[in-house]
Amino acid sequence: MQKWLLAPLLLLQLLAGCGKPSSSYLPKKQELRLNLKSEPPTLDPRKATDTTSVSVLNLCFEGLTRMNPENEPTLAAAQSFTLSEDQACYTFTLRDSLWSDGHPVTAYDFEKTLKTMLNPLFPCEFAADLYIIKHAKPAKLGKCGLDQVGVIALDEKTLQIQLEHPVPYFLSCLASHAFFPTPSHVVEKNPQWLDQEYVSNGPFYLKERQYHLSMLLKKNPYYWDKEQVRLETVHLALIQDELTELSMFENAELDWAGYPLSNLPTEALPSLLQEGILNQYEIAGTYSYVFNTTQFPFNNAQIRRALSLAINREEIVNNITMMNQKPAMNLVPPMLWAQTPACFKDHDLMEAKRCFAKGLEELGIKQEEFPAVTLSYNTLVGHHKIAQAIQQQWNLALGIQVKLVNKEWKVFLDELQHGQFQVARLGGIASIEDPTTFLDEYRYLSNGKNCSKWSHPRFTALLEESDLTADATKRLALLREAESILIQEMPVAPIYFYTGVYIKQPYVKGVHISKLNQMDLKWAYVETDE
Amino acid sequence: MSNYLVKKGLILLSSLFLVTVLTFFLMHAIPGDPFIQDKAIPEEILQALHKHYGLDQPLYVQFFKYLDGVLHFELGPSFKYEGRTVNEIISTGFPVSFYLGMEALVIAVFGGICLGSIAAMNHRRLPDYIMMVIAVLGISVPSFILATFLQYLLAMKLSLLPVARWGSFSQTIMPALSLAALPLAFIARLTRSNMIEVLQQDYIQTAKSKGLNGIKVLLRHVLRNALLPVVTYLGPLTAAVMTGSFAIEKIFGIPGLGQWFVMSITNRDYTVIMGVTIFYSALLLLCVFIVDLLYCFIDPRIKQDYDKK
Repeated sequence: MQKWLLAPLLLLQLLAGCGKPSSSYLPKKQELRLNLKSEPPTLDPRKATDTTSVSVLNLCFEGLTRMNPENEPTLAAAQSFTLSEDQACYTFTLRDSLWSDGHPVTAYDFEKTLKTMLNPLFPCEFAADLYIIKHAKPAKLGKCGLDQVGVIALDEKTLQIQLEHPVPYFLSCLASHAFFPTPSHVVEKNPQWLDQEYVSNGPFYLKERQYHLSMLLKKNPYYWDKEQVRLETVHLALIQDELTELSMFENAELDWAGYPLSNLPTEALPSLLQEGILNQYEIAGTYSYVFNTTQFPFNNAQIRRALSLAINREEIVNNITMMNQKPAMNLVPPMLWAQTPACFKDHDLMEAKRCFAKGLEELGIKQEEFPAVTLSYNTLVGHHKIAQAIQQQWNLALGIQVKLVNKEWKVFLDELQHGQFQVARLGGIASIEDPTTFLDEYRYLSNGKNCSKWSHPRFTALLEESDLTADATKRLALLREAESILIQEMPVAPIYFYTGVYIKQPYVKGVHISKLNQMDLKWAYVETDE
Repeated sequence: MSNYLVKKGLILLSSLFLVTVLTFFLMHAIPGDPFIQDKAIPEEILQALHKHYGLDQPLYVQFFKYLDGVLHFELGPSFKYEGRTVNEIISTGFPVSFYLGMEALVIAVFGGICLGSIAAMNHRRLPDYIMMVIAVLGISVPSFILATFLQYLLAMKLSLLPVARWGSFSQTIMPALSLAALPLAFIARLTRSNMIEVLQQDYIQTAKSKGLNGIKVLLRHVLRNALLPVVTYLGPLTAAVMTGSFAIEKIFGIPGLGQWFVMSITNRDYTVIMGVTIFYSALLLLCVFIVDLLYCFIDPRIKQDYDKK
């Protein structure tokens, strides 16, 4: 009986490995097959907030500027611009460019799109990103008319944008989807344009969309810089399962797997690393733990500092996350400003114990009276492992009892934003290429993102001063000082800076990934066998 | 007979109403709303969004508005997916899940009955033991493990089938097999135990001693009686299998209905949660109803009972 059981197994062994493409294979066409992971909730640039939708928008649309492979904003839909004396008013001259249906792109398209988003009745979730524009906030609140908003199309080719204050990184902002135009000649005529007449002005246009299955993008023949675009076709699969994605990659059904569109299964990382095919890159994002500073004992800065210093970040990145992350001893990732010295030492037990003792004294309690701490995070294996490590580290270093609580994603967010937590996981990738993207969260108590409910008059004053400082070096110095106050007070304990990992077929070239973890295929191509 | 139908029909409708009410209020009781996200939204924008989607009204008003829509077969727009209606989500997702479900059902019913019969006919002999090992495996191995295993074996190692996705018949084989494994094993066990019992009945002995051939006895006398419990199981199974499975659809990247049951709750996409729940309940109740009807024909005792009353 045992012998005939072996027969099919042997057959399988023999067949194993058949049909695998060889490593020297080159494709015949300029075609790229990627996995977008999930269905983009919307392809309307005025409404998209999630990374999936934004990934598609970045391929199909283009703003006044575009980030080039060197991560600098270069002029795109705009041909030139002038900046006013006070550095708060930009006047752009648009280049002659066309929508994918052959209509010219005008300054009115930009004006109408921005003003629609600022209309109090229009459901735009990220409208607050536009509040740097003059009178944008009062307009969204319905306190002033849209005609007062600082965006005016002077004629078909000239667009003037007036800002609330000088914004040194404004040209990078313009490259983001918040400032993409929409084709007003289509949008106004056809409310169903997303489904029926999806017209865009970027390097690619959407040719075919099968909900929850796939999307097909083609090179836009009307794109102003089409000579630079070499890919003819981009296939986007919508496979949610990371293991399936990896299998499809290994079966040569995909050209790319992992970041920035999706993720690689953590279990596969060590073997991929060993094979030497894993690519890693840094992302401007910080994984951190936020303290609820309205709750005892986290209302004491020394206690918060002690807990943060007691974390062994090196151990976490080496043994748990294992994606070559850097331990974070600053809140702002080093990618966003050149060479920041670490604000404190990782795993500084001496200092941690000293701060803890001082904190206890300030609170007037004894060590035994220190309450058990609840650490919350959203349900995910990765977060759970990190929380377990920190639970142990705090217990060993300071003798604190830590209770771990995992919550479903939306429940977690709800509790976080309503202050129903003690210590919680927080992670963020920069939305603009400037340190303020992280610092601004703590500028005002009223900011919904400030879950710690921490505020500091000097910190706020420094950020406000930086708004009015046109000189870049001076401005950065102010921001650095603000960060050092934040780290001294530690409403949030940074843990590590994000990295991304991916694998790609050897023939895929020229794919650019920005600091904000966004993929750009404008300059991408595949090596063909011709 | 008509009494029986009317009674069953009324129970069906009231159950459906109860499901609708319970789902609606439970759903609104869970924390979080469709628009909450890690990038906190300013209060004024959140309010505008709530107003836009009618979430600022009192809950009972929302409920009656929704109920009114349901009566007109209008299940509303999705909160998460711009420009898509729940009607559209169901009408595009259901055919996919239905196709896959039917394929799995055919495999499960035929496979299960065949395996069960072979086991029962060879009671306590080698084929019986093999069948039962298969059945135990089918019941105890979760579908997503089987799916991953099939993927590894048939697609990765043997390159016989594509790894995932949807569009051709070859892409339906692995998901259908994974979906069919559990019901197949269950049906095999049901068939086997019932057949063993029926085979010992006097009327089988009589039929055999009259000299009828084995196949005839099996089909006409044994199976017909042994399959009654299988029919009962078939009702809920059909509804479950036709509406898709979250795990299988996720692993194979299939655009079916199953993923919406889970995804809609994670997204707090209220209209979709309601829509798919009502759709599933209606389908389930309908299938159970059909099984009740079928019973009248298969088992004359039920019909007689009602006719007497």
